[in-house]
Amino acid sequence: MQDLKPTNGFEEVFRKVQTLTDTPMHYCPGCGHGVVHRLLMEVVDEMKIQDKTVGVAPVGCSVFAYHYMNIDMQEAAHGRATAVATGIKRVLPDRYVFTYQGDGDLAAIGTNETIHTVNRGENILIVFINNGVYGMTGGQMAPTTLAGMKTTTSPFGRDIATMGHPLKITELVAQLPGAYYVTRHAVHTPTAVRKLKKAFRIAFEFQEMKKGTCFVEVVSNCPSGWKMTPQESNKWMEQNMFPYYPLGDLKVPKVRMN
Amino acid sequence: MIRGTVLIAQEVCKGCELCIAACPQECLGLSEQLNIKGYRYVRLIRETCTGCINCALVCPDAAITVFREPKGAAKKTLVVQPAT
Repeated sequence: MQDLKPTNGFEEVFRKVQTLTDTPMHYCPGCGHGVVHRLLMEVVDEMKIQDKTVGVAPVGCSVFAYHYMNIDMQEAAHGRATAVATGIKRVLPDRYVFTYQGDGDLAAIGTNETIHTVNRGENILIVFINNGVYGMTGGQMAPTTLAGMKTTTSPFGRDIATMGHPLKITELVAQLPGAYYVTRHAVHTPTAVRKLKKAFRIAFEFQEMKKGTCFVEVVSNCPSGWKMTPQESNKWMEQNMFPYYPLGDLKVPKVRMN
Repeated sequence: MIRGTVLIAQEVCKGCELCIAACPQECLGLSEQLNIKGYRYVRLIRETCTGCINCALVCPDAAITVFREPKGAAKKTLVVQPAT
């Protein structure tokens, strides 16, 4: 069957935004990164801040984020995205600055930078993609890997006694006085996607009001690292990741948004 | 029922099937052919699409453009059809 063309009087209700470039994404099929990229750029497009937004790309799967986002981007050293974003925001305080980091970048090598950036209450948005493994290098164990979860460096499952507990960095960050808005979302269903987009919008608006650090965690899947199909990985994520990383707001300011 | 349709960028699609799972009308399916990347891409297999944009929301590669029949037009066809 031929796909219908828009010539039959149908109106367009959804299209890829122009803030995303036409470069095909290198992510594995079913990876949540693509959805988060699109939602961020949809919010940038909606708020018409394309020429005022600076993103900081991390090291990890999303290292090429600057190829896909049609805004000013800066690549940071591994784990140092929040430190770089601090510098950008202080030199150019009228810009909207966000960092985009995975769990290997933010929760492992960059824990120090993350905690101190949030503690200083820098006016940036930190987007944290948590999929429980180092996806880029082949699915090794990350600090956020669940107990008993098999990875290439924990083939018998993560042993709490020797390897420690999974790091709840978002809960950690929510305790800091510099954090203004801390929330956790997912991208596995259309409803979750809509909620995440709303969270990004709120976070950018808080940044405009100079309120403090906004931290948005996205619990995502890694079909290649978990060795599952995309649909299986989403189901596995619901059953195993969500009980340990419950979705919802961890710190919400008392002011009400319009 | 509101009619809609989707236009899928075949060369961008990676065949992850997330949109197939998200579609409430079950009108998406995988093709038999492969695209330039070597994936079986997603395409419309039934004309039951309502343009609800669920597939486009979960698509990681932003490969889906959604079209929907305008509301006024839907009403018009509903009024005209019984008369004829």
